[in-house]
Amino acid sequence: MSSTATSFEKPAERSTNWWMIWGIALALVLICYLIKDTIPWAFKYPRSWTIPLRFWISDFMKWLMDGLDFGLFTFRELTRAIAWVIEQPYWVAKSLLASGFLNGRGSAAIEIFPRLPWVAVIGIVMLIGWKAGGRKLALLAGGCFLYLAVFGQWDSAMTTLSSIVISVPFGVMGGLLLGIAAFRSPRFNAALTPILDLMQTVPVFAYLVPILILFGFGPVSAMIATIIYAMPPMVRITILGLQQVPEEITEFGRMVGSSPRQLLWKVQLPAAKQTLMLGVNQVVMLSLNMVIIASMIGAGGLGFDVLNALRRLKIGEGIEAGVAITLLAIALDRLSQALAKKPAPTSEAFQGTHRNNPLKAYPYLSAAIALIIVTWALGAFFPAIQIYPESWEITTGTFWGDMVKWININFFDQLDAFKNFLLLNVMIPFKRFLLGLPWIGVVILIAIAGAQLGGWRLAVLGALLAIFIAIVGLWPKAMITVYLCGLSVVIACMIGIPIGIAAARNERLHGIVQVVIDTLQTLPSFVYLMPVVMLFRVGDFAAMLAVIVYALTPIIRYTDHGIRNVPQHLIEAATATGCTKRQMLWKVQMPLALPEIMLGLNQTIMMALSMLVITALVGTRDLGQEVYIALTKADIGRGLVAGMAIAFIAIIADRLIGAWSKRRKLELGLE
Amino acid sequence: MSAPPKSTKRPVKLGCKSVWKIFGDNPSEFLNQTQNPSDEQLAASGMIGAVRDANLDILEGEIFVIMGLSGSGKSTLVRCMTRLIEPTAGEILFEGQDLLKADEKELIEYRRHKMGMVFQHFALLPHLSVLGNVAFPLEIQGISLAEREKRALEVIELVGLKGRENYFPSELSGGQQQRVGIARSLCVEPEIWFLDEPFSALDPLIRREMQDEFLRLQSMLKKTIVFITHDFDEAIRLADRIAIMKDGKIIQIGAPEELVLNPADDYVAEFTGNIPRAKVLSVRAVMANATAKEFGGKVSADTKIETLAAKIIGSKKPFSVHDGSDIVGQISANKVFSVLAGQE
Ligand SMILES: Nc1ncnc2c1ncn2[C@@H]1O[C@H](COP(=O)(O)OP(=O)(O)O)[C@@H](O)[C@H]1O
Ligand SMILES: [Mg+2]
Repeated sequence: MSSTATSFEKPAERSTNWWMIWGIALALVLICYLIKDTIPWAFKYPRSWTIPLRFWISDFMKWLMDGLDFGLFTFRELTRAIAWVIEQPYWVAKSLLASGFLNGRGSAAIEIFPRLPWVAVIGIVMLIGWKAGGRKLALLAGGCFLYLAVFGQWDSAMTTLSSIVISVPFGVMGGLLLGIAAFRSPRFNAALTPILDLMQTVPVFAYLVPILILFGFGPVSAMIATIIYAMPPMVRITILGLQQVPEEITEFGRMVGSSPRQLLWKVQLPAAKQTLMLGVNQVVMLSLNMVIIASMIGAGGLGFDVLNALRRLKIGEGIEAGVAITLLAIALDRLSQALAKKPAPTSEAFQGTHRNNPLKAYPYLSAAIALIIVTWALGAFFPAIQIYPESWEITTGTFWGDMVKWININFFDQLDAFKNFLLLNVMIPFKRFLLGLPWIGVVILIAIAGAQLGGWRLAVLGALLAIFIAIVGLWPKAMITVYLCGLSVVIACMIGIPIGIAAARNERLHGIVQVVIDTLQTLPSFVYLMPVVMLFRVGDFAAMLAVIVYALTPIIRYTDHGIRNVPQHLIEAATATGCTKRQMLWKVQMPLALPEIMLGLNQTIMMALSMLVITALVGTRDLGQEVYIALTKADIGRGLVAGMAIAFIAIIADRLIGAWSKRRKLELGLE
Repeated sequence: MSAPPKSTKRPVKLGCKSVWKIFGDNPSEFLNQTQNPSDEQLAASGMIGAVRDANLDILEGEIFVIMGLSGSGKSTLVRCMTRLIEPTAGEILFEGQDLLKADEKELIEYRRHKMGMVFQHFALLPHLSVLGNVAFPLEIQGISLAEREKRALEVIELVGLKGRENYFPSELSGGQQQRVGIARSLCVEPEIWFLDEPFSALDPLIRREMQDEFLRLQSMLKKTIVFITHDFDEAIRLADRIAIMKDGKIIQIGAPEELVLNPADDYVAEFTGNIPRAKVLSVRAVMANATAKEFGGKVSADTKIETLAAKIIGSKKPFSVHDGSDIVGQISANKVFSVLAGQE
């Protein structure tokens, strides 16, 4: 989510006296306070000035669903058709993995053919692991799936997995096709880029509302949301991958007389395969994240278990399901990463001579098919092979529940005191301060910052986006979002930057930190809610903690990376002049790494905003809550407008920080 | 390397007539307004004159080397010849037909059947084996698997990679990779063969080996070749004729010997000055009129002085110089020594 070139123009001339401008602006804000009573509209945006955008959008949607008729078919029929296309493969996958092939509905259904035996699924996962990364990966992936069986998460996990195995190909293919189109047509690319930018900043809940309306409650809706959510990175990576194909390879393709289609499918795409596979990994992980969240619109599976446990505060069950998601995430991530990083083929692996013997040409596939047939056959006689017996299951739910109880009994006072201290001394005052700011003043300050950092275009963009939030009547809620996000980000930086610095200066710590943040990053955002709710129950404080932990990874990663990437010759020069280690850090490494750290900060803000929406589940009162309410009431206009407001906050922050970082890098000659 | 006999005139395979390639905003309009723009005019309007008024004829069966420092426009020129880059102005005549007038379909046909190209960084497809890479141009033409692999195996053997058909590019050394590149470009039996700095990415020793290999192949195949290099030694070793480029312009075209004897300007002389002349000069260039009654031996007029030196040492009598069966002059050991000593 870098700032795009559009917002970065020639930085303002040095001669402009920014100190004076800032001084005047702040003075203006102060004057606003002094004459507060004469200009109340500057503080509280008048209700009569708001534009009922949300109702317009809702009416438009109604028209789409009920009124729009393309002649041959209506809009409603179109959405039905799309749903049908996705539903068919989903039905097959779900029958195969989770429910078995059924005839009839509900409890009257008769199983015609059983689902894949759990032994077969674990075996297949291990085979994939073996092929992609060897024995260690096979054991890791197999172990993760075994956990699902042993701890009674199998059914839910397989429901989740069916959604993923169907969503991922749609997401990958869709992303690939859009990426190809953008690569080939600069005009299409120009049109697509802002849409992608927006899609990545609009919070996920906001997507769910229109999809809920268009496609109804159920797994298909959830999968459509998942596909849309997971597609943008694939589009970007496809464009990037194709652009990175060496010029000579493309020229070679043209020189042998390829048609445009041959050039693309036989030369450019295969040459970009390594990069594209990274995109596949991203699609898999984002799909998992979204399938979990989309349990709110009927995806079922593990996400539903967590949600259910959260709603009923059944901590033990929630943790079990949370761990299951975590393990599923780790298994899927490692498998798809190994597939992505698999080096170009070698002669050893290339079985050119076995072309006529499929058993030898495809040993893994043959083994998988054999495994399925054998276990299905055996499963008919020994049910334990078919379905993991309940009596073998272990449940840890009570254990976790008891542990939390124990913590809460023994540490309740300390935890509560800590929470209250922060609430009373930091959080509430900051919130009051932000809510007390005149909106018009904030708009002006944003505009000035934009002008200083990126030129007048950025100033106008920032001001317009901020004014939009006021106009649609969401200013106070937006300020609460800014307060929660701002505090979380500040605390995340206070924790993350020192960790990043330490990791940059110590190889062992670097290794440990890498593993931890890699794992943290694979976890779907839902999982972060469990522990904080356990310890602090609902409210702003719990929300903030979840946001901090979720948003911590980029600031650590970028700090570490930024310091490590300070050019070696500068370090040597500094050493030669007799810098101490401390001087080196503060006088050389930090200033040079600052632009990079700011990019990390940028990412942290984006992640914090996306997490904030999810914390609406634990009772915040910000824009996230607005979206969440819209979701529960299926109020499309309300959800979209609030979603856009969040996206606009994200865009303002992104463009301002991006412009600053870019400018600083230019000044330092790092680019 | 056999220089073409001067007398027989070969047909022109590929000709460039006033070819221009200018990079920048709206270059064709710029070129229309400023005929033959100078360095200053180009710089003032922010244009890059990558190829400027190139005129040359490539004769059938010759090795035509384009030599120039990096950035002098060699790659751009050769890409104009193949229309990988659209020239801003001019004509590219392939056997008399203007290539720039060919439509997309005709162009594809030209490239499939008449042209082959070798790239500096090999441009092998990483996901295909050696066999798959070499057979790739035939695959694009829609030739059946069995047939294209049979043909590919022949060419693989020709370039000395037999037994490595199933290797993948990442498993090969640079020299081997470029052999694959060469085999791949020869697989379609092109009529004209473009090589853009094919050996520049290789170590010096390997480079020499590959040059020998290249000459060996050419002695068998007799292709029309456009060979690009920034290395004057390489140009001298391989070329029948050399075109020297500087800042997009062709400064001089001629056989190595002509360049050494009559450099067009200081820039060319700069290159030729460092070349041991015995390597370049042929007997014809330094021989005297045949006056002697008796000769110590015979030598062909196109023999390089360097080659003659070993034979003529110790011979008191001059050698007779032959062009075919005619005696066209004589050359003495002293003359050879003075060339070797750099006095001639
Ligand atoms: N696509 C392009 N856009 C702008 N300038 C280019 C482009 N390709 C090449 N040039 C410029 O044209 C000149 C000639 O480049 P090139 O033909 O690659 O030189 P050579 O192959 O002799 O090293 C160089 O100054 C180069 O920077
Ligand atoms: Mg070049």
